[in-house]
Amino acid sequence: MNTNKDDTGNIIYLDHAATTFTDPKVLETMMPYFTENFGNPSSPYDMANVSKEAVDSARQQVATAINADTDEIYFTGGGTESDNWAIKGIAFANRKKGNHIITSSIEHHAVLHTCQWLEKQGFEVTYLPVDKYGQVRTEDVKKAIRDDTILISVMLANNEIGTIQPIPQIGRIAREKNIYFHTDAVQGIGQVPVDVEALNVDLLSLSSHKFYGPKGVGALYIKKGTRLDNHSHGGAQEKKKRAGTENVPGIVGMGAAIEQATSQLEEHAAHMKKLRAQLVEGLLLIPATHLAGHPEKRLPNNVNVIFEYIEGESILLMLNSYSIAASTGSACTSASLEPSHVLIACGFPHEVAHGSLRLTLGKENTEEDVDYLLQTLEPIIRRLRAMSPMTPKEQRE
Amino acid sequence: MILMMYSEKVMEHFMNPHNVGEMENPDGVGEVGNPQCGDIMRIYLRIENDVITDAKFMTFGCGAAIASSSMATDLIKGKTLEEAWEVTNKAVAEALEGLPPVKMHCSVLAEEGIHKAINDYREKQGFEPLKEKTDA
Repeated sequence: MNTNKDDTGNIIYLDHAATTFTDPKVLETMMPYFTENFGNPSSPYDMANVSKEAVDSARQQVATAINADTDEIYFTGGGTESDNWAIKGIAFANRKKGNHIITSSIEHHAVLHTCQWLEKQGFEVTYLPVDKYGQVRTEDVKKAIRDDTILISVMLANNEIGTIQPIPQIGRIAREKNIYFHTDAVQGIGQVPVDVEALNVDLLSLSSHKFYGPKGVGALYIKKGTRLDNHSHGGAQEKKKRAGTENVPGIVGMGAAIEQATSQLEEHAAHMKKLRAQLVEGLLLIPATHLAGHPEKRLPNNVNVIFEYIEGESILLMLNSYSIAASTGSACTSASLEPSHVLIACGFPHEVAHGSLRLTLGKENTEEDVDYLLQTLEPIIRRLRAMSPMTPKEQRE
Repeated sequence: MILMMYSEKVMEHFMNPHNVGEMENPDGVGEVGNPQCGDIMRIYLRIENDVITDAKFMTFGCGAAIASSSMATDLIKGKTLEEAWEVTNKAVAEALEGLPPVKMHCSVLAEEGIHKAINDYREKQGFEPLKEKTDA
């Protein structure tokens, strides 16, 4: 039984964009590397060679999954580290060539905050706007390119609204201009095909725990010939680019997880799309409710809806009391007290963006889960609207 | 995560808030907050002989905002206007067995809402509005 429900005591988990459980089959592949096969891959004896081979084989699994060469895959500590390394690594290694970076206004904070930090170091950054569905326009990319542009970084699919970006097209533009192109593909793996050749990317970030692998491990694809600074200095691990003893069990788990995710991609995406359709249909029956993100070009497992007149944290709290786990773009769950930068960039007014609810499906979810969510949510929305001074009178009861 | 930082009292008042709803012809109303920031609180008062005989609220906001509205309206019911004016945000937060630091502004909103409703009543009666204490 692979269901999260049984693992966590009847929780309906609808927050798979935050993290997924480690698949039991994946966990099984990892276990020996905590215990009997604990050797350091850099050690010279046979017993350690088992660990080295396991890391090599996981590297092969990751490379195959994204159509890269094995020596283009570098294991990291997760998606955030991969993003940081890609952007800072390119920026500092190519500073003589130029000082300008292009990204989008809806990137994950791992990219946005890295770019903001680079601005403090003297780099210039253009944050591209998006349309109402959260898509970057390729014309805007072209317009933003300058003679001193050294890097473009645009995510494959957005973590909040699921909108899929025109990565192959942006990649073609970057390649024509000889500018490095990075994509944060953290949300995409296992949901949509990810092929570094078709995407025209030079760098691509991955995170294992988004596709039923363990947390704390990720990878960065670096196309051969790409100039970027090393991540850390020390031992010869990861071809001296990222020193430090490998997280062997994590890497083994990531390899197994990505192989499983890509081999089951079509059937998984079909399952997700079916549940998503059921979910969206039910949610939009609630008055004054809007779907955020692109209606079609979005991750199969992502639903993001905005309920007018109410605030997202209250929705989450009530859902939590019915054992449903979900997420919101409301300011009230963040320390910043600012609503989601993604929803604001899509043009939603602040007061509307506060009422967002993100539901991200996973492989263990069923039609019954969706039914339960819909049955539970509708009265919650009604209750909160009845309390809100923003609700028009006719919609209060 | 903020949801785990709420006390049992906050959750009790959030899940089953007291004094929710609009009031017909209230003697005083105060609306505070800003929808852009994600909080609006409207407090209604029924006043007889300078005593608050009933209080109600309508709130757009997070769990802490709703719980603070519920607790604040509970605290002022039966109090004289003078006593109700002295109900501070700290008193609201303490009665809720504490609020997470980033949510303290919700209790401030409740205090301001009460003050605004009392002054609305005073102005309707032809009195000068009371001044907020500078350290409030």
